Amino acid sequence: MAEALQELAAHVQMRQPDAILGHRVEFGELTLDVVPNRIVGLVEFLRSDASCRFSSLVDITAIDHPERPARFDMVYHFLSMYQNQRIRLKMQVREDETVASIHSVHPSANWFEREVFDMFGILFTGHPDLRRILTDYGFRGHPMRKDFPTTGYTEVRYDEVQKRVVYEPVKLVQEYRQFDFLSPWEGADYILPGDDKART
Amino acid sequence: MAMDTKFDDVLTGEQKLRNFNINFGPQHPAAHGVLRLVLELDGEVVERCDPHIGLLHRGTEKLMESRTYLQNLPYFDRLDYVAPMNQEHAWCLAIERLTGVAVPRRASLIRVLYSEIGRILNHLLNVTTQAMDVGALTPPLWGFEEREKLMVFYERASGARLHAAYFRPGGVHQDLTPRLIEDIEEWAEHFPKVLDDLDSLLTENRIFKQRNVDIGIISEKDILDWGFSGVMVRGSGFAWDLRRSQPYECYDEFDFQIPVGKNGDCYDRYLCRMEEMRQSTRIIQQCLAKLRVEKGDVLARGKITPPPRGEMKTSMEALIHHFKLYTEGFHVPAGEVYAAVEAPKGEFGVYLVADGTNRPYRAKIRAPGFLHLQAIDYIAKGHLLADVSAIIGTLDVVFGEIDR
Repeated sequence: MAEALQELAAHVQMRQPDAILGHRVEFGELTLDVVPNRIVGLVEFLRSDASCRFSSLVDITAIDHPERPARFDMVYHFLSMYQNQRIRLKMQVREDETVASIHSVHPSANWFEREVFDMFGILFTGHPDLRRILTDYGFRGHPMRKDFPTTGYTEVRYDEVQKRVVYEPVKLVQEYRQFDFLSPWEGADYILPGDDKART
Repeated sequence: MAMDTKFDDVLTGEQKLRNFNINFGPQHPAAHGVLRLVLELDGEVVERCDPHIGLLHRGTEKLMESRTYLQNLPYFDRLDYVAPMNQEHAWCLAIERLTGVAVPRRASLIRVLYSEIGRILNHLLNVTTQAMDVGALTPPLWGFEEREKLMVFYERASGARLHAAYFRPGGVHQDLTPRLIEDIEEWAEHFPKVLDDLDSLLTENRIFKQRNVDIGIISEKDILDWGFSGVMVRGSGFAWDLRRSQPYECYDEFDFQIPVGKNGDCYDRYLCRMEEMRQSTRIIQQCLAKLRVEKGDVLARGKITPPPRGEMKTSMEALIHHFKLYTEGFHVPAGEVYAAVEAPKGEFGVYLVADGTNRPYRAKIRAPGFLHLQAIDYIAKGHLLADVSAIIGTLDVVFGEIDR
């Protein structure tokens, strides 16, 4: 299995040398690092090339790394029902960058890209209909970013007086409790209350 | 309608036709949940169909980032709430692949057993309510009776009829009792007869055929363009099933067939679902036969699973481990993995990015219904308004997993 994936990676790298930055096989899955502005050409190649035929788009998503200069990772998953193989494409995108839409190659990318735009605020060029998809009409912000609070900013209720649904800023009766049970001896990078005194 | 400006009188003006926009849902019995479709109609023919989804959006993926791996498991029951355990399965597989834990044999068999029960649960609901959408009332009443029996099996294994949280990373939560295995066997013997009854209600029913045959035809190109999976692929004659092509758990040792359709229309998808239920029953029977002889533990005892109850009474380490597991949770080594299962609706996948702590850094849920619903504009275009509800029915959409 891993050998076949290595061969596949070598094949793609040979045919598309300037689109691929590197590849790795982990947990029996092939990941290619892609140059951001070459994504459409590469996806088209993967779809049409006889020994790839990654003709089913499985998933498009993004990962937020706020501490990195190129903040987002765009992740594409493809499946070949003919070769019975999967491939993952990854590329780094800065917050002020736009990404080329692959809607022209895979029509199914439409909603996935709308979701990424909705959740992360990444803009896609060449997308036919880049609206929000999962969040409310008139929603502000991009919820899956790490700096967006889990509670959100607005809450909704039905107002008996006005006889309609009203939006209000979130009022929490009690502070949102974020239980963090990471062991202080391994992994936790915060200081427990009181520990700061011990050092001085 | 193009207007000829020569006839600018009142009479012609009145005959000027405008396409009609209607809202289908969000509270429509045939919308299978909270789906809002904005339909543009020319007479009764659908010109454009714009689904507005997200009315059941709960931010599952966001919530998962602040909870431990084990606390995240119940969220998967709430995705496709028609067949809860199949979703849990994908999550467990993802964690097991990252941590390198091997599931004990008996747990693996129980997982297959309950995945197939889930498949029957789903197909029973889908086939019968789709029949209701096109005008039959009896099938859902008969189908739900069987569903109720299956949900009792869920309850007897996990304690909950729907939100089971039964599959755990490293195995399943509790072993099955011999009595339960007997009862499932008894049910599996009698279930094909119920399917025959449903068959006699629907398969040759004139109205049912008129509403489904040649409606929503899917070709090979459509499958690839729109990323279909599951019955949407098999209904068009392609034997693509992850249980067979990329076997997970112990599906490779079971004897079952993959039914495929011929024309790729709503009727063929209905036939596929009916046959899949029969095949699932076969798998269940094989599973039960194996479960009778293969005894053993149902959890891979180690870092990610709790110690046996008895050991906790005598061993201090076991007690500490239990406490730490249910407070801090277990750590998953850094890495990323995509685990997919053949859920009843199609390929259900989890893309899990772990950073080495006790919580996932990012978990993306890939729901089959999301892609299927996306294509409704393409499939329903040119069909009549009444066909839209037949098409929604065979797309097999459940909003728990689409809106997440």
